[in-house]
Amino acid sequence: MNNITTLSYEKPRFFTPGVWVITLLASVGLLSLLVRFIFGLGAVTNLDNQYPWGIWIAVDVACGVALAAGGFMTALIAHIVHGKGYKSVIRPALLTATLGYTFVALGVLTDLGRYYNMWHILLPKYWSPNSALFEVGMCVASYLTVLYIEFLPIVVDRFKGRVNLPGMLKTFNGFFERFLKILDVSLKKVMTIFIILGVVLSCMHQSSLGTLMVLASVKVHPLWQTPILPLLFLLSAFVVGFAMVIFESLIASKSFNLKPEVKVLSRLSRFIPILLLIYLTAKLIDMVTRETYVYLFTASLDSIMYWIEIIIGIAIPFTILMFEKYRNNQTWLFTAAASVIFGVVLNRINVYLIGFTPLYVDKPYFPAWTEIAVTVGFISLIILLYRFFALNFPVIEDMEN
Amino acid sequence: MGIERREFLKTLAIASGTLAGVSSLKASDKAKLNPDRFGVLSDLTYCIGCRKCEWACNEANDLPNQPLDSFSDTSVFEQMRRPTSEKYTVVNSYADKGLDGGALNVKVQCMHCENPPCVSACIVGALRKHPDGPVTYNASACIGCRYCIITCPFQIPTYEYEKVLTPQVRKCTLCLERTIENEQLPACVEVCPTEAIIFGHREELIDVAHERIKKNPDKYIDHVYGEHEVGGTSWMYLSNQPFNEIGFPELSDNSPAELTESIQHGIFKGFSGPIMLFSLLGIIMKVMKKEEENE
Repeated sequence: MNNITTLSYEKPRFFTPGVWVITLLASVGLLSLLVRFIFGLGAVTNLDNQYPWGIWIAVDVACGVALAAGGFMTALIAHIVHGKGYKSVIRPALLTATLGYTFVALGVLTDLGRYYNMWHILLPKYWSPNSALFEVGMCVASYLTVLYIEFLPIVVDRFKGRVNLPGMLKTFNGFFERFLKILDVSLKKVMTIFIILGVVLSCMHQSSLGTLMVLASVKVHPLWQTPILPLLFLLSAFVVGFAMVIFESLIASKSFNLKPEVKVLSRLSRFIPILLLIYLTAKLIDMVTRETYVYLFTASLDSIMYWIEIIIGIAIPFTILMFEKYRNNQTWLFTAAASVIFGVVLNRINVYLIGFTPLYVDKPYFPAWTEIAVTVGFISLIILLYRFFALNFPVIEDMEN
Repeated sequence: MGIERREFLKTLAIASGTLAGVSSLKASDKAKLNPDRFGVLSDLTYCIGCRKCEWACNEANDLPNQPLDSFSDTSVFEQMRRPTSEKYTVVNSYADKGLDGGALNVKVQCMHCENPPCVSACIVGALRKHPDGPVTYNASACIGCRYCIITCPFQIPTYEYEKVLTPQVRKCTLCLERTIENEQLPACVEVCPTEAIIFGHREELIDVAHERIKKNPDKYIDHVYGEHEVGGTSWMYLSNQPFNEIGFPELSDNSPAELTESIQHGIFKGFSGPIMLFSLLGIIMKVMKKEEENE
């Protein structure tokens, strides 16, 4: 494989058998989405007055935001702290974050009963500074804008110097070239502000997604319900940001027949055990303070889920990444990153769904197949769009040579 | 479980207090409430389970209704019911362990909290606490996120999932139009044949409740449910049986809204937190860049 990349690298075609399967899943998701907008939430979801939030909020939104944290974490490491040698992971992480947040917004839109009123959050007369959700909404909206601005240079790079409009439009080629040049220069001037702004906005809403469930008080199981939930959400977002960069980079290398960037990723992975330790310490101090260890051995679904979260999400990746030889091994690196991601995803689902117990329950919530189809469809679309941009825009360095 | 949960609530309350203290901020710019705001006192020992209140509520709020006679059917008591988007109030029946061995009936509806978590939760201010007591809902502002339903400590607001374009959050309005705008009684109170529910100024009702307990200490549990729960509610109950045995949740005296609002305002007051972080990152960026150039 090494030889292929160094000698003559040929970009793979967009469609492969795997991509066809993903396209099929995306189509089923889009059809379910259509049904949702034509026949309403009741027709496609199992949501009720006991469980007003299902997997669209728990997975598409809560997990989506956490998993898109790679964008601001690489910005922090590469641009702000000026860590060297991380350049190759910046753009892939940025692409993931941009796509991730776009679909978080779409996920919210799908879930809202009156989605056409979503713009209300921008109107001062509706502003509700007491609401953690208001803060999340404003931050996600602002951060999405910031992400698009951060993404613009990739678009500019793609077309700069090769604007080639067909037929009649040819006369505008010069105009667009000049426009791109001006855009390029001005973006470089202001980008610093947007990069820092992106990190600040991320810290704000990553944590507020935790505050959100503090207000649900006794409905969230004591194993997860804590006033420091915002801190725990922020810390776990830091960890999973790095894990996502490693995970997606290794998958992309395989998918695009590139040499995996084990060296960069291994350096990046050194942060994970440190952050995991901080995260775990915060969790343990909180547990001891609130004496919630009594719930650890109750053999309930909650306690089992909590243990899986701790063992697979924290203990295993921590152990693996403590050893340099494993950090330099592609397979171990991938395993560790995947288990961190699994742990954080499970944590969000635990806080938003499994640990959420209404006071009076007629029937427990399990997502309808159409709810699952929409979620899977959105994830499939993210993968397809990632592939499209990676193949057609200057995102992955090795593919450009 | 109940006791452990209460312990947990205590810690939450303590944490809330500490946070509020640390941030030295007012927990919330609490809605300014009228001192003579309204409330309802429900004396469960007076209730005969006739469910006329359900009928009157449906009438007053244009909800689907049935003839009044059909409400004497007690077979509905076999199952515990909850309010729905087409029924703002329901009466549930519990075996009365008291002297006469009858039934103890509990009318369930929005409690109209003094510091309502749903109002604190609402992203667009569609839910508001009226200074005179009711928690009101403005459908035209609502975006339909249903966060209010997530946060309600009494699990009251319901949603019209089956509606395609204009679903609403539905719950008891405390008959705002009748009571505050037309000086009438709430429909349920007006129809009640035994004065099991009485409408009045909240502070006075609290006095009435304690007076009744004092006069009949053997009959009543010495607890006015709703006087302090989640910071107090407009709707309050008297009972001759422990409240946790007849479907009432055990709740802390603090509104969960106090805790989250002190977290939010502690971090974001005047944007001090974000601005500090922004400056800090800016400085780090400058310093590191200089170092890089020097190398």
